[in-house]
Amino acid sequence: MGLNEITGILLAIVTASMPLLLAAIGELVAERAGVLNLGVEGMMAVGAVVGFIAGYDTGMPVVGVIAAVVAGVAMAAVFGFFTLVFVTNQVASGLATTIMGLGLSALIGDKYVSIPGLGLSRIHIPGLTDIPLVGPVIFGEDPLVYVAIALCVGVSWFLFRTRAGLVLRAVGDNHGSAHALGYDVIRVRFLAVLFGGLCAGLAGAYLSIVYTPQWTPSMTAGRGWIALALVVFGTWLPLRVVIGALLFGAVGILQLNAQAYGIAVPSQFLTMLPYIATVVVLVIISGNRMLMRSNTPACLGQSFVPDR
Amino acid sequence: MAIELVRRAERSTLLSLTSPLIALALALVVGGVIFGLIGVNPGKGLYTYFVQPLTAAWSIKDLIVKMTPLLLIGVGLAICYLANTWNIGAEGQFALGGIFSASIPVYFPHSGGPPVIIAMLLLGIVGGMAWAAIPALLKVRFGTNEILTSLMLVYVAQLLLDWVARSPWRDPQGHNFPNSRPFSPDQLLPNVFGLRLNFYIAIVVAIAAWFMLKNMLTGFQIRVLGQAPRAGAFAGFSQKRMIVIAFLISGALAGLAGASDVMGPLGQLKISISPGYGFTAIIVAFLGRLNPLGIIAASFVLALSLIGGQQVQIQFHVSSQFANVFQGILMLLVLATDTLIFYRVRIVRRAPAAAAVAVAGGAHGAQ
Repeated sequence: MGLNEITGILLAIVTASMPLLLAAIGELVAERAGVLNLGVEGMMAVGAVVGFIAGYDTGMPVVGVIAAVVAGVAMAAVFGFFTLVFVTNQVASGLATTIMGLGLSALIGDKYVSIPGLGLSRIHIPGLTDIPLVGPVIFGEDPLVYVAIALCVGVSWFLFRTRAGLVLRAVGDNHGSAHALGYDVIRVRFLAVLFGGLCAGLAGAYLSIVYTPQWTPSMTAGRGWIALALVVFGTWLPLRVVIGALLFGAVGILQLNAQAYGIAVPSQFLTMLPYIATVVVLVIISGNRMLMRSNTPACLGQSFVPDR
Repeated sequence: MAIELVRRAERSTLLSLTSPLIALALALVVGGVIFGLIGVNPGKGLYTYFVQPLTAAWSIKDLIVKMTPLLLIGVGLAICYLANTWNIGAEGQFALGGIFSASIPVYFPHSGGPPVIIAMLLLGIVGGMAWAAIPALLKVRFGTNEILTSLMLVYVAQLLLDWVARSPWRDPQGHNFPNSRPFSPDQLLPNVFGLRLNFYIAIVVAIAAWFMLKNMLTGFQIRVLGQAPRAGAFAGFSQKRMIVIAFLISGALAGLAGASDVMGPLGQLKISISPGYGFTAIIVAFLGRLNPLGIIAASFVLALSLIGGQQVQIQFHVSSQFANVFQGILMLLVLATDTLIFYRVRIVRRAPAAAAVAVAGGAHGAQ
């Protein structure tokens, strides 16, 4: 295996991990505020189709990315409206959002299936990108990779270095006390959910604009759910979520390569790998009670009605 | 302006009876709006979607065919949700039920008759239970989140089904179609009074589940542990035992549904044996307010929506996925109207000063 092939595999792993990372970092913020959003898969699906269509129709992929973000936020607003204002059960509402989102994406994208779309090309900085092996991986990714990195750094800084981040975590850990101190629990949670939707929309856009670039029904293929598992895997810490996303990207690329090399295992079993890996990883992490207890938001999934 | 919830002194009896109907009516209004947005006359669209399937004998029969698995799975899921245990992997348990029961026709093509049919149904139950046991045991043993594991196993089950139907069990005389050999007529569920046997089984299961939840100790334990786990623990009820039981029951029913679908309308194992029954049944369970008798009615409504989706596709060339959009909206509205049983909604205009304080409090903290 030559240097170019190694570079190629590294680039592929980064690309495969981005949709997971983007969705997971948004979900991490929502969960830190105490909201379990199982609608990620549906928000991603809507983001993917809206982003694809907007990019295709305007001829500008950037417009597609922006449209996907707007769509993700809109879906999150629906979810937030029901779970936060009408205090509906978060698990059930999240599932409903995913079912609705997957249906909506198929409804909207009916006439755009499998059309080759416009992609975002990788950047090229003369000199830096040309460094062998690491150059393309560090200086030659597509623009959204750098957006994702900025988001992760920003989220980490916001959560652990700012006052507003402290408030958000307080709301997720003890909504009663946060309310008693005068913080608007519902408002903080709503903003966190909207941010989650923004990231899920971006993750969808990554799939349909950068990764493939085309749109097919159910192209999210459970990535929204894997992103949810990644938040648990990362024990609600951004850096660990990044590591987890890269790991899962690597599993995905591994199985694709194994299929390409014609390994004597039926392709279905290779395709199963990311899903089985998710289960295994969840078991390992949740078996470690110490790790779980230290970072799990204490009010995760619980509804809050302020006393008036 | 903001919406506030105010707790009612007493739960509203009127709403607790009518909330699913209100939700359904609202969902139809939203459905009409969506039809309008995609350029279909809302009146015609809703008629095609929700009334027309009831006007022809063949579509009513198809309705019963689709209602049966929804009813079986929905009852099992309701038991899980009452126990506050989240099995959302019924779609996978359904697939395993189909695979397990198909093993007899595949390996013993010349067998048949009532004992074989019973064995096939039992195998389906075992398959569904085995698949449901995985997330249940992982939850009980390691505390692993059952929502995510049960869902991941759906993807695994579907891929397993895909492999089985394409490779080892593919019909050698099937012109390379990814199907198993067709089951022989005496390996299929018989018709009774024009309807397949599994429909009657599903109705009996629903009534039995209703009886168990209302009158038997296990049912009582499920409800107590679901609503007040601490009280249940003091009473000596085992939470872990109940999680496993709830998962096994729902897995068994999903497996039974899978088995009876391949032994009925499908008549063979295919790479895809369900239009998403396992997920639609989640909505069935909630629309039926987690009451098995309510779920009989709810399974009818959602079967209607599945068939309506097909009709809409045929008549207006709109994706049949419209049904999923409708179902998701319906579920959200059901949950919201359930809230109204316990709360009144009040729309308040905040005074500017109060709003400013609230904003400052939200953004910077009140110190």
